[in-house]
Amino acid sequence: MTDHTPPTTDSHDDDNESATQHLSRRDLISGAAGALGGVMLGGLPMALRGQQAMPIRPVVPVDATKLQGAPTSPLGQRSAFETPLRAPYGETVGSSYTPLRELAGTITPADLHFERHHAGIPSLDPQRHTLTIHGLVDRPLTFTVHDIKRFPQVVRTYFVECSGNTRSAYRAPRPDMTAQQVSGLVSTTEWTGVPLATLFREAGVKREAKWFLAEGGDACLLNRSVPIEKAWDDALIVWAQNGEPLRPAQGYPLRLLLPGWEGNINVKWIRRIELGTRPWMTRWETAKYTDPLPNGTARIFTFELDAKSIITSPSHPDMIVERGWRPVSGIAWSGRGRIARVEVSTDGGRSWHDAELLGPSLPKSTVRFQYLWEWRGEEALLLSRATDEAGFIQPTRAAMLVERGPGTDYHFNHIVGWQVERGGRVFFHGET
Amino acid sequence: MTLRRISLTVTASLILVAACGGPTNGDARPAAIVAPTTAMGAFADYDAGAVPGGPGKGVRYQLGHRTDSALLAMMNRDVGPDGAELPEGRGTVAQGAALFATTCASCHGKSGEGTPPAYPRLVGRDPRAEHFAFARDPKLPRSIGNYWPYATTLFDYIRRSMPFTAPGSLTDDQVYALSAYLLAANRIISDTAALDAAALRKVRMPYQNRFVPDDRKPDKKVR
Repeated sequence: MTDHTPPTTDSHDDDNESATQHLSRRDLISGAAGALGGVMLGGLPMALRGQQAMPIRPVVPVDATKLQGAPTSPLGQRSAFETPLRAPYGETVGSSYTPLRELAGTITPADLHFERHHAGIPSLDPQRHTLTIHGLVDRPLTFTVHDIKRFPQVVRTYFVECSGNTRSAYRAPRPDMTAQQVSGLVSTTEWTGVPLATLFREAGVKREAKWFLAEGGDACLLNRSVPIEKAWDDALIVWAQNGEPLRPAQGYPLRLLLPGWEGNINVKWIRRIELGTRPWMTRWETAKYTDPLPNGTARIFTFELDAKSIITSPSHPDMIVERGWRPVSGIAWSGRGRIARVEVSTDGGRSWHDAELLGPSLPKSTVRFQYLWEWRGEEALLLSRATDEAGFIQPTRAAMLVERGPGTDYHFNHIVGWQVERGGRVFFHGET
Repeated sequence: MTLRRISLTVTASLILVAACGGPTNGDARPAAIVAPTTAMGAFADYDAGAVPGGPGKGVRYQLGHRTDSALLAMMNRDVGPDGAELPEGRGTVAQGAALFATTCASCHGKSGEGTPPAYPRLVGRDPRAEHFAFARDPKLPRSIGNYWPYATTLFDYIRRSMPFTAPGSLTDDQVYALSAYLLAANRIISDTAALDAAALRKVRMPYQNRFVPDDRKPDKKVR
């Protein structure tokens, strides 16, 4: 079942709250009942009630074994029964969120990777686009995309998360929020590219270089300052995403990938890197992407994203129709390294239980977790809590409010969860 | 990174999987805290020349092309906080006000008040900003005068990104004029001022010292 509710607009270019109309839980419930007709609802079996929000179902043969199936095709399509969608969409300066509830495992399909653009998606010809490295180097060099592909390649799986992710759920949590709306500005990809260190050695970076400026080839020429240590650590210039060239929305044909660091600094459509001695104090690292703190200062140059997790199943607007066993499943990630542990609570945090990590916990990537839970029809409050390899434990929202205040603007990683009602309805719980 | 290092990393990952795998039936147990591993990423001792089949340790591939000076001149227009790269040119507050009315006001509002939610407020000095109370008060506007730490940022951003419908179309004189107008409207410089490179380098924003680099390290504390 796909959720077609558009997520809250989470604009980074203003301090305004959601443009989406506030829906109370009561509105939602009475609206749903109204759509079906109050009289009918009582007479329907539970299984059908759970499908009340379904779009018209595709028509398929009663018995698919009795006729030949569809022929081969040049481009694969999803089953007509599966329609995951990013939302909202249509903004030149805006975001579209990954439908976390509809996904499994850790890799985000390229066409569902979240988007955040500050001047739309540029159309770039890979035969004309180049990356120039200059400034404090022995040899200023310009690389074509073809040149980049001729260097030794590396393949790495990393998440990218917008540092504004989960802002609405922090500022104004509402029961009708979906996982997509709460934390859909995170996606995970297997990237292919070249270590930036390789290109820096090729150009001969001078000893006095301490920072570099990364500039994109979009209409705002987005520019960010990066400490040079990141280049010697794990920075990449990537050109491929999940086995194919980058999607335009993710930076085609070349993108800077700074694993574990806030999304904005992973400059898409990168065309220029300048080596220098100090940060450039661009709009994107001063007026934006800085965190005011209750002590009257603002934190600047917060790069690493702290440990975070979200349960994606069950999640709103799921309705649990059957009692018994089911996995409580979600994803966890940390920009500071590996996720060491994920715990799940079914009683609102009174008790915590270790979840199973499904697959390797890779540094600066997402890991899928699950905890098997037997629902007996009781009210429950499902929460997840991630711990990274440094021992940092995801905090509650209340703890974040004390440390950073209600008006802090980026880097939200508080515990969130889902309230399960006796009748099986699932609603977002953000006030942890 | 050598092959040996890669294989060590893979082994470490497998051990981690084993440690975390298997249902736990709800028994709380100590977290499998592993030592921070940088081997997957650290390129400090990665030698692209030393990979299998490569030209050898420390040998460059000599790919890429000498940067064309005209291409670089076209792109290399960033301006840092000391204003060292500021170009020639000059503009007055009055020139900026006229230009703002014709070129910017349709989005940013007649007096830079913005048209929320798409276009944030540009102009405003709020008394609450004196205590830099943004964390306590989400409604306090982060206008240029209330928040921006460097005046050079304004010049750099307008020159590279504005106006929205024709980015990069303004002359340097026009960018100086618009910067002057916005700084004057935010009561940073006088209404009769003109800006050029030397004058812009001298502008100090009121809350620059409120910005503190993040010095948090990977540890257990919530900060």
